[in-house]
Amino acid sequence: MAGLAQDAGVVLRLDGITKRFGALTANGDVSLDLKRGEILALLGENGAGKTTLMNILFGHYVADEGRVMVSPDGTGLSELEPGSPHAALQAGIGMVHQHFTLAENLSALDNILLGTERLAALSSSRAPARRKLEELMARSGLTVSLDARISQLSVGEKQRVEILKALYRDARVLVLDEPTAVLTPQESDTLFATLKKLADDGLGIIFISHKLAEVLASSHRVAVLRGGRKVADLPTAECDRRKLAELMVGHAIVETMRSPGSPGAPLFVLNKASAGHGRDALRDVDLTLRSGEILGIAGVSGNGQTTLARVISGLEPLTHGSMTLEGKAIGQASARAMIDNGLARIPEDRHHDGIVGAMSVSENLAIESIRKPENQRLGLLRFSAMRERARNLIKAYDIRCQSEDSPARLLSGGNIQKIVLARTLETVPKVVLAAQPSRGLDVGATSDVHKRLLAARDRGAGVILISEDLDELMRLSDRIAVIHRGHLSEADPSDTLDRGSLGLRMAGHNAEDAA
Amino acid sequence: MIRFEPRGPSSVSRMLGVSIAAAVAALLLAAIPMAFAGLSVFEGYSLMVKGAFGSLFAFTEMLTRATPLILTGLAVAVAFRAKLWNIGAEGQLYAGALAAVAVGTGVISAPPYVLIPIVIVAGALAGGLVMLGPTLLKTRLGVDEVVTTLLLNFIILLFVQMMLEGPMKDPMGMGWPQSEPILDAAALPKLMDRMRIHWGLVIALVASLGVYFLLKRTVWGFEIRAVGENAAAARHAGIPVTATFIRVGLLSGALAGLAGVGEVAGLKGYLTADLSPGFGYSGIVVAMLAGLSPAGVVLAALFIASIFVGADSMSRATGVSNYLADLIVAMALLCVLVSGLFLRFKIRFVGSQTNQEAAE
Repeated sequence: MAGLAQDAGVVLRLDGITKRFGALTANGDVSLDLKRGEILALLGENGAGKTTLMNILFGHYVADEGRVMVSPDGTGLSELEPGSPHAALQAGIGMVHQHFTLAENLSALDNILLGTERLAALSSSRAPARRKLEELMARSGLTVSLDARISQLSVGEKQRVEILKALYRDARVLVLDEPTAVLTPQESDTLFATLKKLADDGLGIIFISHKLAEVLASSHRVAVLRGGRKVADLPTAECDRRKLAELMVGHAIVETMRSPGSPGAPLFVLNKASAGHGRDALRDVDLTLRSGEILGIAGVSGNGQTTLARVISGLEPLTHGSMTLEGKAIGQASARAMIDNGLARIPEDRHHDGIVGAMSVSENLAIESIRKPENQRLGLLRFSAMRERARNLIKAYDIRCQSEDSPARLLSGGNIQKIVLARTLETVPKVVLAAQPSRGLDVGATSDVHKRLLAARDRGAGVILISEDLDELMRLSDRIAVIHRGHLSEADPSDTLDRGSLGLRMAGHNAEDAA
Repeated sequence: MIRFEPRGPSSVSRMLGVSIAAAVAALLLAAIPMAFAGLSVFEGYSLMVKGAFGSLFAFTEMLTRATPLILTGLAVAVAFRAKLWNIGAEGQLYAGALAAVAVGTGVISAPPYVLIPIVIVAGALAGGLVMLGPTLLKTRLGVDEVVTTLLLNFIILLFVQMMLEGPMKDPMGMGWPQSEPILDAAALPKLMDRMRIHWGLVIALVASLGVYFLLKRTVWGFEIRAVGENAAAARHAGIPVTATFIRVGLLSGALAGLAGVGEVAGLKGYLTADLSPGFGYSGIVVAMLAGLSPAGVVLAALFIASIFVGADSMSRATGVSNYLADLIVAMALLCVLVSGLFLRFKIRFVGSQTNQEAAE
């Protein structure tokens, strides 16, 4: 088994991995090789089986068929004990999860040592560990303050701690699940520079992604998963954006292009509005949304966007100022009043605020209008009517689910977002608030969201688009305003803006400085 | 080696299976102290089965004991479904009983078809109002209802004792701290001659059907489920979260209050401070064992009632303390809590494998 010519340099091999969850085949006969010093991008849409595959590799799941082979010492391949994260760690596989697995109240050093050293030896092993880590940091460029508490570190630094943790355990294979999902563009660039250096030192790296740009820029080889199967495995040099997108989605993609809008009268106005307190407060915000336009709100996360969205959603009262819709003041705001006034709200955190995961797709589609006559009579639910409408919406919005009765939590992020879109947009709202509507979504789902928002605009609705993705804002918005420390700038037509000037305003410089 | 793998959604049959397994496990665990008490396990359990099912009398006694347990179980189940942690069914039961005695011992005289509904409504109302306080404190000020409902139990019990020693003391009671007897016209009729089983059981069964229907079929039930599963999303979707909590609180308290009505107007005939041997607390076990489902509550209440009645009977026959029943009930709760793990995870036992590749 060992020593065959084609095995040379292979540090990890997945051989015919199949994993089923009930009727769903999450992975079907996936085989994959990773060589020493190679950066392999595992590309696929949400629900394509990327994370499942990596969880099998790391022993969180056991494959129904197939096996994982590793080369712990760089010579021959041997089979990894299935279902044992411990064995995976022993064999030199390190994993950086999308959601970090760090103890917030401990120092970076202790987090790295935790689980590697015996508890009794923790205090005595600190000094040598520190030396080893300092050497690692110097070699890889992954610098963190080892004595800082995790809770004081930024997201990017926490990720560096996770990577250091893997390296400290002498990982020969490093797996990163959507590593850039939580990073700013600058932090992402730094991360990939580091990964490149680590690969040059001989580490095999797999990173999971659905972002084409970073895959093209930073990987040596791309494996594309679709519907649980590997549909392509080729050198990155032979790929381009379009080819990868089509492999990932399975059909040709048309990028959404905005045609110039035809804005009408002012529709929704915030006048000297203040709300919330602390860092994310909203201060003296003036905002005018006209019908038939998309107004983009740009800003670095945590500058008041969340409060702005909560105010417009009816979840947070204004402490000062006023809010008017079609000239009429909206006084004591509540989510109910906002819905009844014709505001569609797409929440920032769709899992937390968008759906009730334990309830069915059809119940989640009806939840905002549960007291409307179409869903109830004399307080009794009209199940067949609810189901019927759910089936129609599932078709119209292409929501992928087993049936209208399956629990919403079983759906992928993109399909959950489609539930939210379907139930809010089918009421033909006057105003649409979309907070980070494509965050965490793949290419297909994102383009779907964009199409829906543009369609709402084209039929005369006003859309407020809060996003941290400048490309998205530039592509969709007619005008863009920037929020910084709770203050909202004037909205300027997006054709007159570029990334550079927006970036400066997001950092707090005003329009004159930027110009 | 033990390995945990997450499961998909739980089916009804699996949930039922887990509850039954928890009950069986509790019985097996309780066999250990039973054996220490010098009783053969088989003999002990056969005595218990006989004590709960061995005769018509035993069976009706078991049903009589199950009656308040169904109602407190429902009270807890409906509240827990909304994630309103009502630990105060015991106090609400006493409040219901106190109200029943207040209107049913001669203050109002009316024929049974008027007076019985008045007694029932008064008891339900009193239980509901007791739960309203903690619910409002939770929704207005964010006060933890676990603490308030639990502590209210003691306050209410002391209040009942004060009333029984003072204004509501029966002048004919030979000095015992007990209320005046319920009028015949206010008493829940017996279901069978010469048995203690009474109409409270019918009320309890109707209540469980009602709660089932409410949760499954109505807008209010939809809102209760939504708030319980994800309050943030419910609020975002315009569901009146505060109103839902208040409705659930009132309903939960009312159901526990009804348990008190049944005990005092159906069974005992007068109120004493030892009316309930912890029916409110056992209701938590019943609700958890039932997986918070209203139909399951009836089954779980029957199980817990058979344990209590059976253990009493076994204790009389053998001299082994009937505290064994409390032990089994407590074990059942622990087993049910542990069994949550089995619902969410598939558990595999894996022998350590020899690495065949290495052997080659």
